[in-house]
Amino acid sequence: MMDHIVIFPVLLPLLAGIILLLLPRQQLLLRRAASLAAVLAQLVIACLLLNTVNSGDILAYALGNWSPPYGIVLVADRLAVWMLVVTALVAVCALLYALRGTDTMGAHFHALFQLQLFGLNGAFLTGDLFNLFVFFEILLLASYSLLLHGGGRLKTKAGLHFVVINLVGSTLFLFGVGTLYGLLGTLNMADLAVKVAHAPAEDSALIHVAGLLLFAVFALKAALLPLYLWLPAAYAYTTATVAALFAIMTKVGAYSILRVYTLIFGSQAGSVANLIEAWLLPLALLTLIVGVLGTLASARLRQQIAYLVIASIGTLLTAFGMNTEVGIAAGLYYLPHSTFAAAALFLLADCIANRRDVMEDQFEPGPVIQQQRLLGALFFICAVLIAGLPPLSGFIGKFLILNAALSHSALPWIMGVVLITSLFTLMALARGGSMMFYRAQAPHICRIDPNADAPRSGLSVTAELTPVFCLLALCIALVIWAGAITEFTTVTASQLLQPELYIQSVLNLEVKP
Amino acid sequence: MELLIAIIIGVLTACGVYLSLRGRTFPVVLGLTFLSYAVNLFLLIMGRLTIGSPPIISDNAANYADPLPQALVLTAIVISFGMTAFVIILSLKSFLEMGNDQVDGKHRP
Repeated sequence: MMDHIVIFPVLLPLLAGIILLLLPRQQLLLRRAASLAAVLAQLVIACLLLNTVNSGDILAYALGNWSPPYGIVLVADRLAVWMLVVTALVAVCALLYALRGTDTMGAHFHALFQLQLFGLNGAFLTGDLFNLFVFFEILLLASYSLLLHGGGRLKTKAGLHFVVINLVGSTLFLFGVGTLYGLLGTLNMADLAVKVAHAPAEDSALIHVAGLLLFAVFALKAALLPLYLWLPAAYAYTTATVAALFAIMTKVGAYSILRVYTLIFGSQAGSVANLIEAWLLPLALLTLIVGVLGTLASARLRQQIAYLVIASIGTLLTAFGMNTEVGIAAGLYYLPHSTFAAAALFLLADCIANRRDVMEDQFEPGPVIQQQRLLGALFFICAVLIAGLPPLSGFIGKFLILNAALSHSALPWIMGVVLITSLFTLMALARGGSMMFYRAQAPHICRIDPNADAPRSGLSVTAELTPVFCLLALCIALVIWAGAITEFTTVTASQLLQPELYIQSVLNLEVKP
Repeated sequence: MELLIAIIIGVLTACGVYLSLRGRTFPVVLGLTFLSYAVNLFLLIMGRLTIGSPPIISDNAANYADPLPQALVLTAIVISFGMTAFVIILSLKSFLEMGNDQVDGKHRP
């Protein structure tokens, strides 16, 4: 049983998704219960795995008992399991919010949700480059449908752009993978790492090309400059639940960059060692700047949050781009914080927009909304989180990143960009908040159609805001247990920077007869 | 033979890139299809071109064709087929909802 635990995070959502497809449409309660149970089970499994890999073991699992490098392996190391835990936590909160009615806006929401998790978990666990492509496609296909969930012209328009650019990305991914296979004759990441290091000199240019092609694909998934243009519309127009879940999607790109460019093209890769070091940091800083400029220019709250996601990916990749143990450790602390905070803001923006009628989430003085004080306070907390002010986790994350930058040669650039963009983020959020809360006009006809929101008003405000509270509690937990978590991320980073550990545990995997 | 295949892949890719940069959805879908054809062919020949050699173990074979790219390309074909079907339906949906077939959903003056 425990031997097979590595494959459970992949199998469970797949089976849950298939079962949810088979359940009759009328039995909403049953489907909701099944979906929630599956997500909670994934959370439990991810925590069990975290407990197992925390000893420093790297668990490799040979699918179909084919010994690596011939078969496909799943690998659970600290980084992969850390991502699984973050995904499961975000998924639980997003699903709780969806139970309020998003899931009835179209068919098969729960099945798609599970398949999205199937793709995400698979992408984090796989130890095979082609398998990574397959899991990318699974999560993308589920995300295309989730993005369009609920229908509407704006969603269709944003969805079309999202689908087309990702299809081009998939093609590039296959070109990169094909080139690597043609030169090195393997797709197992551990085996690739060995073979890249000993590749003949005449192949080095082509390996270089393949490595940079893969970087372009991962940068597209992570929404790195200049490949971020698909993100704002897609995230701003989709439903809140889906946007909250998508907060983890850009992190898949960041994860892949971290995995591939520490393992395959890391410091021990011979002629292609530290392949993207010259690219990642400048691009990440530029992404941060563009993201923050976007938040200043946004006319709507959800658009602003989408740009904040871009800015957070810029900050995250700045940390990874330093390519040092402290830098990666700081990034791994910042990653869950930025995911939870962005998800919380997306859900909160939906609560606010629902109460503002036709004004929705535009930055214009609108009517005084119900529960103005509660929502305003929550918005304030989220803004403090995202802008990185003390005492919340955003501050610790940014502090760790700046602290890591102290020993880096690009210190003035990192310090200057991160601090100035933080100030601008604060200004943008303050502008949005004061537009929506302080300048609200008192008496206003609040509902155009009093019956339109009848089912929603039946639910208490606590039920509506529970997922937001959960996400904020997670951010506070990141502060309270900051010591333990930074310790964990530091050992994770050191494990990543010693790729031989990963390579040995995969290639020396003994297959049981 | 190698040269011919390389030229075919190059032409397919060039057509695909050109068409996927067009402003209407139909050429874009065609362009994506061309790109996926190009990449499928590319993946297939990454096992090198061999003639008359079996991909599975047999007693009287002198040398073998690499079976893995054939498996990879099968997966890639299935995925790109599914994606193409999806993007066609999405383009139709976009056409019906926007009233035009522009990718950015705007009316031409």
